Order: sequence, then C-alpha cells, then structure tokens
Amino acid sequence: MPETPLTLWASLPEPLVTVLVILFKITLILVPLLLSVAYLTLAERKIIGWIQVRMGPNRVGFFGVAKGWAQPIADLVKMLMKEFIWPRKANRFLFVLAPIIALTAAVGAWAVIPFDDGLVLADVNAGLLYILAITSLGVYGIIIAGWASNSKYALLGAMRSAAQIIAYEIAMGFALVGVLLAAGSLNLREIVLAQQGGVIDWFWLPLFPLFVIYFISGVAETNRAPFDVAEGESEIVAGFHVEYSGMGFAVFFLAEYAAMILIAALTALMFLGGWYSPFPDTATETPMIGVLLGPGIHWLVLKTAFFLFLYLWFRATFPRYRYDQIMRLGWKVFIPVTIVWLLVVAVAVMGEVPPWFNHPL
Amino acid sequence: MIEQLFFYGFSAILIFAGVMVITARNSVHAALFLVLAFCTSAALWLLLEAEFLAMTLVLVYVGAVMVLFLFVVMMLDVNIAPLREGFIRYLPVGILVTTLIAVELAMTVGARRFGLDIMPAPVRQGPEYSNTETLGLALYTDYLYPFEIAAVILLVAMVAAIVLTMRRRQGVKHQKPEQQVTVRREDRVKLVKM
Amino acid sequence: MTLTLQNLLPAAPEMFLLTMITLLLVIDVSLPERYRALTYQMAQATLVGVAVLVLMFYPEQQVLRFHDTFVNDALAAVLKLAIVLVTFFVFAYSKPYLQDRNLFKGEYFILGLMAVLGMLVLVSAHSLLTVYLGLELLSLSLYAMVGLHRESITASEAAMKYFVLGALASGMLLYGMSLFYGATGTLDLAEIARYLAGGTGSDGMIVQEFAGTRPVLILGLVFILVGIAFKLGAAPFHMWVPDVYHGAPTAVTLFIGSAPKIAAFAMLMRLLVDGLAGLDSDWTQILVILAIASMAIGNIIAIAQDNLKRMLAYSTIAHSGFLFLGIIAGTQAGFAASMFYVIVYALMAAGGFGMIIVLSRTGVEADRLDDFKGLNERSPWYAFLMLILMLSMAGVPPFLGFWAKWSVLREVVNADMIWLAVVAVCFAIIGLFYYLRVVRMMYFDAPLNQARIQAPAGMRVMISTNALAILALGVYPSALMAVCIAVMQ
Repeated sequence: MPETPLTLWASLPEPLVTVLVILFKITLILVPLLLSVAYLTLAERKIIGWIQVRMGPNRVGFFGVAKGWAQPIADLVKMLMKEFIWPRKANRFLFVLAPIIALTAAVGAWAVIPFDDGLVLADVNAGLLYILAITSLGVYGIIIAGWASNSKYALLGAMRSAAQIIAYEIAMGFALVGVLLAAGSLNLREIVLAQQGGVIDWFWLPLFPLFVIYFISGVAETNRAPFDVAEGESEIVAGFHVEYSGMGFAVFFLAEYAAMILIAALTALMFLGGWYSPFPDTATETPMIGVLLGPGIHWLVLKTAFFLFLYLWFRATFPRYRYDQIMRLGWKVFIPVTIVWLLVVAVAVMGEVPPWFNHPL
Repeated sequence: MIEQLFFYGFSAILIFAGVMVITARNSVHAALFLVLAFCTSAALWLLLEAEFLAMTLVLVYVGAVMVLFLFVVMMLDVNIAPLREGFIRYLPVGILVTTLIAVELAMTVGARRFGLDIMPAPVRQGPEYSNTETLGLALYTDYLYPFEIAAVILLVAMVAAIVLTMRRRQGVKHQKPEQQVTVRREDRVKLVKM
Repeated sequence: MTLTLQNLLPAAPEMFLLTMITLLLVIDVSLPERYRALTYQMAQATLVGVAVLVLMFYPEQQVLRFHDTFVNDALAAVLKLAIVLVTFFVFAYSKPYLQDRNLFKGEYFILGLMAVLGMLVLVSAHSLLTVYLGLELLSLSLYAMVGLHRESITASEAAMKYFVLGALASGMLLYGMSLFYGATGTLDLAEIARYLAGGTGSDGMIVQEFAGTRPVLILGLVFILVGIAFKLGAAPFHMWVPDVYHGAPTAVTLFIGSAPKIAAFAMLMRLLVDGLAGLDSDWTQILVILAIASMAIGNIIAIAQDNLKRMLAYSTIAHSGFLFLGIIAGTQAGFAASMFYVIVYALMAAGGFGMIIVLSRTGVEADRLDDFKGLNERSPWYAFLMLILMLSMAGVPPFLGFWAKWSVLREVVNADMIWLAVVAVCFAIIGLFYYLRVVRMMYFDAPLNQARIQAPAGMRVMISTNALAILALGVYPSALMAVCIAVMQ
C-alpha cells in the first residue's frame, strides 16, 4: 500500500516527531539568520562605501536590477572553491575545531531569543544566563584558533582577544543584572513583557548607562571596530584568523556576523522593548497599515537593523582603540559605572518608581 | 530512559576529560580538557534541574576563569620534561595511596549507603519552578552570613592579588587620559611668526 | 527568623570589624606615604573596638543567629578577646620591623584584620559551612601576608609552599565535610551532634540509623582531621611549618605563630566537641597518634636547628601536640586545660618572635641562634625577658608554660591515660634542652657583635608587658584557669 507522506508522519514514534519538529524550527531560525549574515556583509560594504563617498560593490548581479546585490553569493562561491591550507606544525584537530566553536556559540544563543510573544524555540527560565554562558564560549573559538595556528600573529591576536573579552564580559554581565533587576526575571520573554507600552516604558530610559555600556561591550565582545585589536590588520596582519583560508575563514566570518546580529537583537529585546511598537495601542485601528503599527516581529527586526547600522557606523567613523585604552575603558570606566547604576536601579525598583517599576513584579 | 542515556554519555565524557586533564602532555591540551570537563558537569547539573548552577559554572569557570588560565598557559613556554622527572620515582607511592583511597571510597560511598532506596532522587519540579529564585531566596535569607563571608573571601583574594603584583616603578611614563582629552590647542600648538 | 538589627547584634564585633576593614581599604589608598602610620593606628583602634563590642555583647547563654550558622557563647567571647589581644601585641611588634624593611604598607594591617575576621568567624562557627569559610578567610589572608615581601626569594617560596599545601588541606577538609553532609543531610553542627547521638532531626523525623552510615562518617572524620592537622601544623602534616616560619618576614611569622593557633583550637572544639562528640572514641585514637608524633618530631628536630625561627617552628609543632592532650582527655576540665594551653602559647609565641624583632636592626635579621649569644652583656633586661619566655615555653616551674603543661597532663592522667602523660613528659624533658641552650647562649657566651639594640620605646614597653604578664600569670595562674573552666561549663 503506497503511503502518503502524511500517514508516514503519523506513524513515526513520538520522540522522533519531537526531534524533527525541533529541527524544523531550528531551520526556520537558521536560514533567515544566515541570509541576514550574507546580506549584512553587503550592507556593510555599501553603507561604509556611502559614508566614505564611494560606491561599494556594484558589479555582480543579474536580472538587470541594482547591480551588486549578488555580491554575497559570489563571495560564498569564491570561499567554497578556495583551498584549505594547513599551517605547518599546526594542531589539526583544534585548528578545525576553532571555527566550529565560534559558530556554535554565535548561533546557539538564538535558541532562547523570542521573536514575538510566544514565538521562541526554547522558552527557558534562565534565558538570560543561558545567553551569557553561551556567548562567553565564543572566545574559545578565537583563542583556540590563535594557538592552534602555530603563528605569532595569531597567538598575539588570541591573547588580545582573551584579555579584552574578560574585561568586557564583566561589564556586560553587570548590565544584564540591571535588566534582570528591572524586569524581575531571567526569562527573555518576560523581560520584554515587562517593557510593555510606548517608547517611554522601554528600559533604555531607566537603564540608560547600562544600555550604552551593554551595546559598547557587545561591540567589544564581537571584536568589531573600534575594538578589533584581535584582528588588527594594520598591526598583526589579521590576528587570530591569519592562517585560515577558504571555508575556515568563511566560518569565522559567519560567526562574527551572526554574533553581531545576536548582540543587536539582544539590545533591542532588553532595552528597546523587543517586538513592541513605539506607537500607542490606538494606532492599530488605522486602516490598511494598522497591523504594521501594532506590536510584531517586524519591530524587532527594525530595531535590530538599527543597532546593526550603528555597528557599521562605528566602523566607518572611529579609529581603533589602543590595547591599554581598551583595558582602561573596560575595567576602570564601565565596571564602576555599571555597579553604581545597579544600586540606582535597585533603589528605583524598591521605591516602585513609575512608569517602569510601579507594576508588581 | 533518554535521560539515563544522556547521563551516562555525559559522565563518560566527564571522566575521560578528567583523566586527560592530568595525563595530557601539553598544558594547553590539559586546560582545554578541563573546559570540556566543566561543560559536561554543567550538563549533568542541567539533568538535575539545577540550571542556575549549570549556567554559572559555564559562565564563570569556562567563560572567565579558564580563559585567563589559557591566557597564562599559552604565554608560558613550559618545558614538560623536567616536570616529569620524579614521575616514575613517585609512581609506586602514588598508586598505593590512590588505590587505598579508591578502595575506601568504594567501600563506604556506594549504593549500599547512598542508593536510590535510601536517598531517593529529588522530586521533579514543574516548568514553572525557578531554580534561580529558590537559590536566591535561600542565599539571601538563611545563608546570608556564609554568603557575606564568601564575599569577604573574594575581597581578600582581590586585595592579595593587588598587593602581590602591583608595584609602582619609578620613571615610567604613564598616560593620563583625563589630561589627554582636556588638552587645548594652545597647549600643543605655538604659532611663530617668521 | 527575621533580620532585624536586634537579631544581628550578637555578631556586632564581626560586623564592626568588616566595616572598619572596608573603610581602611579606602582610606589607605588615598593616604599619602608619610601618613601611613594612621593605617596602623586605625587598625589598632579597630581591635580595641572589637574587644569592647565582644564585652558589650557578652552572652549570658548560647545565642544562635543567622539560621543557626553563627553561635555566640562564653567560649567564643573569651577566645575572641584572646585573639584580639594577641593580635594587638603582634601589630605593635610588627610596626618597627616593617618600617625598617620598607614593608610598612597598609595591606599588612588590612590583611591582618581580615585574618582576624576569619578567626572570629571560625570561633563563632556553628555550621560546617562557617567553619570552612572562616578557615579559608583566615588562610587566604595569611598566604598573602607571607608573600608580602616580594623581593625576598625565601618569602615567595614560603608563600607558595604554604598556599599549595594549605589548598590541599582545605580540599581534604572540604571532602570530609561533604561526606558528613552526605551521611547526615545537614551542615549544622548541633544537628550532626544530634544525629550522632541518635536523636531526632529538626523536622521531627527519627533520624536514619546511625550504624549504617558509620563507615562513611569515619572516613569523613579522617579527612577532616587530616585537614585540621595540616592547618595546625601537627605531625606528620607539619612539613610546611618550618619553611613558612623561616621564609616569611618575622612580622608575619609572629602573626601566623600566635593568634591563629587560638582559632585552630576553636575549630577543634567546634568540630570535634560541638559537632562530632558522638564519634569521640574514634577521633581520640587519631588525636593520640597526632599528639605523640607532633611532640616527638617537634621536640627532637628542634634540637638540630641553628635558626631561632625554625627552632620556634618546631616548638610550635611540639606545642600543638600538647594542645591535643587536653582534648584527648575528653572532659570539660580537659578542654579547659587545652584552652588555657593555647592562650598561654599564643602569648609566649608573640613574645618569642617579638624578641627576634627587638634584636633585628635595619638590614639584619636576628633570627639565628648566634645572634642571641651574650645578650646579657648587651642588654640584661632583654636577656631577662627572653629568659622568662624560654623557660615558660620549656615548661619550667613556676613559669606560665609549666602550669599549661601541668594542667593538660593532669587531665590526661585523670582520664586514665598515664602512659600518654609519661610519653609527653619525656618529650617535654627533651624539649627542655633546646630552650635552655638559648638561655645558656645568652648568659654564658661572648656576644658576636656589640650593636646597640634600637627598639623604639613603645615596643620596649609592649614586649616588657608581654613577658612580665607571662611571669605574673605564672605566679597566679588560677585566674586565667578559672576563666577557662567557667567557659567550658
């Protein structure tokens, strides 16, 4: 008897069904994410180009529309076809493992990101902790890559990155503690729900110093300009990934951009109200575009895009920080500021200061 | 059933990683195996629904402590050979002591005294149960005093680290960023009429 | 129990001390170098304040606080006073030494105060958790203090040894505690005692049959005792003591050798007597071995030393053996005798190392035995003070040390362990030799140098007070003894 796909599905054992459903959801998250990464690279080159009064990529493309749009595809094909070069005396296992760790950390954190109320892969209680723990693993990709490459420049890059990430992770963690205090929960969905309302109700206002510090630390965590000393192409060639070619390099590239998008999305979720709309509730009654003005995933995407734009803007604008200046900023400026502001937030929460903290936790 | 499978899987990796930590010839490899051991023990804690401890283990030990460890280990050019010189000489004593302790432990801390019939597994809590909240409540009420002392111990560690490493060298040119940013044009540029 | 101020007051000395430590940290950072003495004065004032607070909140009966992790009773109060008093002397002796050697940093006093806080926590511990945390707080501060003199290679080596072995000992202790927690299901010392006595737990349930977990408890006990012996420096876990005492700056040796011994005694009392009294037949056997080994190794090897710091280190090992004797006796009078012994020992050790500081000058460490040759010609007064200290440590009647030894030996005899008392007396007589050798050198040998002894006036007064107090207490030992006996009841 010929089986239709539907009956085949129904006949599968239940655990397998669960696993398949989860895998399907993961694909639903990963495919748009990887596409975003691809087009983020294009956006970066275009935007920086415009900022510097250049054209940016403007050759690759077909169908006759805006030339340059197929640039990421061309890049991908090029990367795939390049040779994977093994450095002499490199530790082969770790050399391959490093980019995988980097990518896993950057992608794994997306499991707990809520895209809309209830639209999340894993609605875990300790979501915030999970995010912190997983993102802190990303540095291993860089350190292991630097060490396994058996190269001076790579090792220097890895050392720089390790020290930098430790410094900024603390500030980042403290900023998140502020969010946790304000929202009274470690669950990312509930953190967004605690920001229900308009622009004024979002946490960026009461947690303003933490908001700024979180985003800057996020830039430092992802090793992006002006904190990109781990790469420092003018000083140590390309830092930790100097020995990587072909797909190894591509995976690092992917991980870096996925981490950027993650930080941008997290900033939007925790400080800019996630999927909430800046317009009042009455705006949903507007004809035609009412749905768009109400809360929804598009707002999260917009806010994320805004922060991604900031990333690119920074890169085009600021010169690279010197290593000791980075350390000073992290340890001597950010950490004290976050600690002081934690105290302020705690007092505000205890005093139930409206409009943010007057609802029962 | 699946849970047990996970448990034995993670335990096997944990034991393997633990053995490798002390037998690995390369200190960087040893440190990386320690990372693996931390990650697997975090997974074991997750199986026990102790998600806060699991996450904190990864966050603190894997994410921060071991990174610094690797930082130091990679910088040091440790020659392994002299470290292993006494290995054979002390091996018999080491094996003897280890076996003795292992036998003692096996005799005392076994299923006979800590089996599931004597010490039942903790009750499974529902999805609403927050391990973090419970821990927080316990730490800040019943265990306030030990918690504060633990904080003081960390303070001592910080003071000790600073006092043992910080030295004010004479004649070192320091940058003062606050002066750098307040500098004005008149301080640096002097226009001379030619 | 709600956390009201009234409820927290029994811990007022600890809280005051911690507040002052944090305050001092901030003040010391912003203090110009020439006002550094202010840190010292404030540290001393803090100690006085702690003593006053201990007296103010002297408990009429046992007070439990903080979910029963903290206990304040007469034992705690008296030991706290003794710790603070000894530390006060130690800081006073250290000051000129540190100033001479460019070590006069606020951190010495701050770390010292933190160690005192650790000792207070240990003394007031009523839970395995607080015992461990107090001990760690104390040890960690001491490790850092040993390494304080960074330019000295011996000090760094000593700090390293101390730290590694201390960490190992902590691990042992912690492992033993975890076995106890696993077997009894509680960290509370009173609960453990009740479990061992076969009573009912706090939740009213009849506790599990004791016999079933006995092997676990014995194994845990062994680990705990190994940890304690390490920390106390009892043989055969004494290897670090001579190196650390010798390598550390004398001011630090002075501190390590005195007040922490009182805290270690408190730890023994809290763990073994408060918590594990039900296993006394087991720990007595182990303590007997530790005591005999310590007295033997300490007294015999001390003879071979030509460095006074090392000699005193071995003498510490021997004294810790004697300290065990009273606890082995297992009676209230025995505990009181041990308590008397440890307080007396702390005073004598402070004086002994204080004398090394008195004799040392800029650039000269007077820690060799030769440095004491002909002290009588150079300064009869200091020679006399050293005479008191040495004879007291040796246990020559009628000095204070004699009464200490006599009281523990009497309790051992009362507990029908005459053979142990005989062994102890034999080793004490062996010990007599090296103490008397110092006395002989001071009075009958020609001095190797005639350098003037340049101790500041305050120091002279303090060391004289210390030695004369030992003399006076030796004549009237009954007052201190009465306090110790009263505390134990």
